[in-house]
Amino acid sequence: MKRARVAYAGAVHDAVPHRDGLQLADGRVLAEEAVVWLPPVAPLGTILALGLNYADHVKELAKELTTGAKDEPLVFLKGPNTLIGHRGQTRRPRGASFMHYECELAVVIGRTAKNVRRADAMAHVGGYTVANDYAIRDYLENYYRPNLRVKNRDGCTALGPWLVDATDVPDPGALELTTHVNGELVQRGNTRDLVTGIAELIEYLSSFMTLSPGDIILTGTPEGVKDVQPGDEVVCAIEGLGRLVNTIVADDAFGR
Amino acid sequence: MLVNYPHGTVYGTLLNFRGALQALGDSVHQPPLKAPPKAPVLYIKPRNTYAADGDAVVLPRGVDALEFGASLALVIGRTACRVGEREALEYVAGYAIVNDVSVPHPSYYRPALRFKCRDGYCPIGSLVPRGAVTDPDALAIELEVDGEIVQRGHTTTLIRPVAKLLADVTEFMTLAPGDLLMIGVPAGAPRLRAGQRATIRIEQVGELRNHVVDEGPS
Repeated sequence: MKRARVAYAGAVHDAVPHRDGLQLADGRVLAEEAVVWLPPVAPLGTILALGLNYADHVKELAKELTTGAKDEPLVFLKGPNTLIGHRGQTRRPRGASFMHYECELAVVIGRTAKNVRRADAMAHVGGYTVANDYAIRDYLENYYRPNLRVKNRDGCTALGPWLVDATDVPDPGALELTTHVNGELVQRGNTRDLVTGIAELIEYLSSFMTLSPGDIILTGTPEGVKDVQPGDEVVCAIEGLGRLVNTIVADDAFGR
Repeated sequence: MLVNYPHGTVYGTLLNFRGALQALGDSVHQPPLKAPPKAPVLYIKPRNTYAADGDAVVLPRGVDALEFGASLALVIGRTACRVGEREALEYVAGYAIVNDVSVPHPSYYRPALRFKCRDGYCPIGSLVPRGAVTDPDALAIELEVDGEIVQRGHTTTLIRPVAKLLADVTEFMTLAPGDLLMIGVPAGAPRLRAGQRATIRIEQVGELRNHVVDEGPS
């Protein structure tokens, strides 16, 4: 089952896909453009994100990395201020020289996980969604890198449109990911190329921290990151999960 | 004094005491750090780390001792986005003591989840209303282990005083009511072995007591 959370006509609703767009729990059928899409995960828990989790992306960034091979997954955390829904807007600060999208498979925990073995890990996944986790590389510093000024900016992590039940995704380890900017294909990858796969990530994380329902793991992005500019429409899609649309806007819209 | 208040995201600030940054010496100019920090260096303590006054903190097998990080935290009272230094304190509802527990780790280069985000590694003390603190930039901090004071710090030595920190952080991320922002840990954070007990004291804010216990057999 696919579920969304949307705001419409003065209230927040649960919704499911419909051939004409979406259908609210109360029966109303609406076009995709008629509602405000919210991040589909609620209540929201901890947001974990992986860096350098596709080999081709590591190669792409190799020039600027100051250390070599890693011995464990590079994981960082994000706050709820970063999240926005499908068809949202993300600000590009004036003066930034390299701001890029990152299409990522988001794994949503459905069952508490503590010291879970890899073989049992997938039973703790509740569902999946699409994430677009922007980074602004101008602000990178070498302390707890990637630092929060790069990865924890307001509205820089789009999530949605749908939360898809894990039972409807038979093989999350073989999903194609694509990003189009203004209709042009710029990024393409497949979750089969994850350096650390989903089950292994849950095993690793749950070995030192309890994962709870509503926690989200953004599993990293493949190669193909390019700069985006105000006005650009960025569409991240994952096979079977949906397409997540986001628009880049300039400082002016925020009174800056 | 309010106890057991609900709170939002807990953010920490790294290296915000002059002594803590100085303790890194020339390493801030060497790889992988290469340069001293420019913007505030922040991190998040996720919900699995939250604990309370009196709680035990678990020493993982294979680790000798845990670092206890005594920090003042600002408890945000209203949505803080791009706040100016001059009015920054108006966004603070109050203060709390946070014990930012870590497994000692050799490098600040990469995010340190395995060391800082273990279950129970963020005891949080009671909320003291803003009016109870005369000046958050002039508070003595001390940490006592088994009855002996092993660390003293003072918020007069912050690199970014409280208002400046709030202004610089909210320039790029909005803090919500209930969020906690730790202002940093003074130099010389002590290490505690299993069985040791600590009390963190911050002037005008109160005390936070925690102790270390062994994980036990696997």
